[in-house]
Amino acid sequence: MNSNKNNNKLPETIVTPSRFRNTIGKYTIKRSSRCVSCGLCAEICPYGVHPKYINGHGNFSMPPRPIDHKCIGFKCKENEFYCIDRCPQEALTLRINPILDTLGDYRWTNEMLIAHWEMAETGNLPVVDLEYNLGNSGGGFDKIRFKLLEEGKYLDLADEDIDMSIVLNKRSDGRPEITLSIPCYGGGMSFGSTALNVMVGRARAAKALNTLTCTGEGGYPEELVPYADNVITQIATGLFGVREKTIQYAPVVEFKYAQGAKPGLGGHLLGDKVTPKVAAMRETVVGNPLFSPFPFHSVYSVEDHKKHVDWVKEINPRVLVSVKVSTPSDVDMVAIGSYYAGAHIVHIDGSYGGTGAAPDIAKKNIAMPIEYAIPKVHKFLTDEGVRDKICLIASGGIRNGMDVAKAIALGADGVVIGTAELVALECVRCGNCESGRGCARSIATTDAELGNIISEEWTQNRIVNMYSVWRKQWCKILRQYGMKSIRELVGRSDLLVHLDYLEESERLNYQQAPNKKLII
Amino acid sequence: MPKKYHVPVKMAIPRFNPVGKYTTVEFREDCAGSCRKCVKKACVYNIFKDNYKHIATMEDPEYLYACQSCFRCVQECTRGIFSRVINPDYRSLGNDYWTSDIIHRTWYQAHTGKIPVSGAGYRGPFAGEGFDSMWTDMSEIVRPTRDGIHGREYINTGIELSRRNARLSFTKDGTLLSKTLPIFEIPVPLIFKQPEFGVLSENVLQSMAQSAYILGTMLLIDPQYYSENFRSLAQCLIPVLSKKNYHDFLEHVQGIRMVELTYCSGISEVIEDLRTSRPELIISVGVELNRDALSRALEIAKFEADTIHFYANERGREFDSENPMFLKEMIREVHLALVDNRIRNRINLIFSGGIAMAEHVAKSIICGADGVAIDLPLLVALECRLCRQCIKGETCPVKIGNINPDWGKQRIINLVGAWRNQLIEVMGAMGIREARRLRGEVGRSMWFEDLEKESFGPIFGERKA
Repeated sequence: MNSNKNNNKLPETIVTPSRFRNTIGKYTIKRSSRCVSCGLCAEICPYGVHPKYINGHGNFSMPPRPIDHKCIGFKCKENEFYCIDRCPQEALTLRINPILDTLGDYRWTNEMLIAHWEMAETGNLPVVDLEYNLGNSGGGFDKIRFKLLEEGKYLDLADEDIDMSIVLNKRSDGRPEITLSIPCYGGGMSFGSTALNVMVGRARAAKALNTLTCTGEGGYPEELVPYADNVITQIATGLFGVREKTIQYAPVVEFKYAQGAKPGLGGHLLGDKVTPKVAAMRETVVGNPLFSPFPFHSVYSVEDHKKHVDWVKEINPRVLVSVKVSTPSDVDMVAIGSYYAGAHIVHIDGSYGGTGAAPDIAKKNIAMPIEYAIPKVHKFLTDEGVRDKICLIASGGIRNGMDVAKAIALGADGVVIGTAELVALECVRCGNCESGRGCARSIATTDAELGNIISEEWTQNRIVNMYSVWRKQWCKILRQYGMKSIRELVGRSDLLVHLDYLEESERLNYQQAPNKKLII
Repeated sequence: MPKKYHVPVKMAIPRFNPVGKYTTVEFREDCAGSCRKCVKKACVYNIFKDNYKHIATMEDPEYLYACQSCFRCVQECTRGIFSRVINPDYRSLGNDYWTSDIIHRTWYQAHTGKIPVSGAGYRGPFAGEGFDSMWTDMSEIVRPTRDGIHGREYINTGIELSRRNARLSFTKDGTLLSKTLPIFEIPVPLIFKQPEFGVLSENVLQSMAQSAYILGTMLLIDPQYYSENFRSLAQCLIPVLSKKNYHDFLEHVQGIRMVELTYCSGISEVIEDLRTSRPELIISVGVELNRDALSRALEIAKFEADTIHFYANERGREFDSENPMFLKEMIREVHLALVDNRIRNRINLIFSGGIAMAEHVAKSIICGADGVAIDLPLLVALECRLCRQCIKGETCPVKIGNINPDWGKQRIINLVGAWRNQLIEVMGAMGIREARRLRGEVGRSMWFEDLEKESFGPIFGERKA
């Protein structure tokens, strides 16, 4: 975490396939028993859908199954290598994967999920025709587009020459001016709710990307210490596992007043998840459920809040302070209060996001979506004349690379990503993070069996891959507007349009919002 | 300190396998169970249990409703022949207002008494029609409740159904001059209403009445369905009476504390008559929600009725209109008209029709209702699939008519327990400690049109869609 170091280059991407035997793709190809293993399809397909027999290893009774998530689908028909037409035995059939109906939801559509798995696997934009920039929610980011380009603005710059870094400390208060190489850092997911390997893998990815990740409120496992320069220590209302030492490790300390998924409500770790290790970390009793109260019982005013900030600054003279709040109607007042209490970062967490378990009624209804909160806070801080002195970070419902760019153009300096990182780790968003043994995908669980089928290295590679793809997307936008740095995009809401605010004729110039009725 | 209100929830297992959302598909049925590594044996949720063998030996496959969509079986099957689709029965469940998702969640709540919880964020549309175009606010630092959900600070969900004295007058030596009116409270802001359709057997109505009794709330019941077996439950029944039959009914049935009179011309005389003959009786007037609702509300509020109960249709829309307004707007209109006329505090407003989820209760109250009445959720709690076959005289697929009232009672108690906890969740977040304080408190809510205008207006200009 070097200050002022302009690090534009991201680490190498490493192809990191799914942990599971069958990757879910948009299309499926079935091979019938008419196949005579002539090998033609393997020879002609440039996407690697049909695995080749390798010399000496070809003693299978049947040809291997197609790797169908690599298939580009019906648009391949115009190619001379379209295997379906070329197969001399007519043994291949192509169709849309029938499982798509059961995958995804209005916000994270099936195609967005599949595309992010592909990005995390390859480190490249998907070649399959997948809509990964827009969800089906019919509002907010899904209706916002970047304006059509003006001629002559285009800047011909290589990706390496475009600056994606953001500065976290703008107060000029003598504390480090920490710079992140991408305008994103990882959201807090606590020890106890996520698997340790995932936690450490995320920290390794943060180190490789020169950004940050966050402990969540469950304490600071020893395993994270080697990556301490890239790990935020979170102080939440339960104060679980918060010690002098863990505040001293951290480049940034985050006060979590509230979280978007359950604004105004406390957390609840079920007794089953309080294993001996979790209990030791949190200094509690094994098997007893843990409540994280709401709010901080020691904070009922901005002055009380300042007292907290001052403590932390006193304990660690190098630390920056972030304040995480959710998005009530007076979020702008809360933001300005945080600034005057001495925070470096104000982090607003919108209501539609969140990774952890929360009551459905809270996720849907309490507090406003982040799309409304960003311009509101940005404008208020600007009008108060302190916008240049504070770093505004947004999170909660920011799903993909384009959402990040839109959030920045609406007024955020950067964003915090939680769910998308989990999706990179093959989360299917089934939502059973909390029930029984926890996550069946081995991400959000401490179960002895389930929690150990994911490795740190795999986690690191997948997350690095995903951000590498997003960076390419951001570079493309900046080039088109003639910008050299992501910081030039902050608050440029003049570059955005909202489909519902355009005349019918104008609206047709933009990609329409997906609008499909789903069974959820 | 008075005893805290407590809803005694307890597991009440469904009698029939609920309609599941997903179903697994195997592309080759002869494979089932033949593989040593069959993924069915490895299911994290163990949903296949004894059913991983050949299809011929399967009975009543549990995976139809217990699948949690982790996709592990699909992704780990050694032959890649496993897939999933949406259960066709699930697709045809309910309609576009009473969606399959709502029915499913209601079943879950009636089964477990727990509130629906899930991870990984919200998954629905950005905003929508009706109640989906408003959000409830929360308190960050200023005036929050302290752990309302966990009971550290008590949140009162009770409301009154009785009218209130506008002002008390005293003699010079401090003796009360004005007569005190009876106080009638229920501990949850919802009452039950006998559904318009369904197999309304005595067992079904007994379930509803008994759960109302235990919960301390009331059941609106058609007097034709009253029998001697309800005698011990009379205190929690609100017979829906008319000018013609009220006299007769009240003469023959003892223990009735509250009645509802269907609105008709000359209703003021009926109220007057009841006020003289039975001063303790709480009187509600039932009014259809249509374009006359406003004038009716103003009229009735002057008759010394306690409560007005407005019925919307089952989709929460007003009757007899080509472009029917939704409950949300109608509640707002009626509430504000009474406020403007300075008579809002003299009368209580109950709304029914289209109340399908716990959030609708909170949102109705924010719009200005005192409470709501629910009907179809009661049926759904008893496993009704809203298939409406009973209307056509066909048999009920879940044999609702034959339920054991004890089981039915528990299912409804569970549903109300879960709804009340959800109400407490949003009230806690809003920093509201009393349901009565929430009434008309739009300051604790955010509306789609306002947010668009305030946040997006300065950026994008005028909304044109």
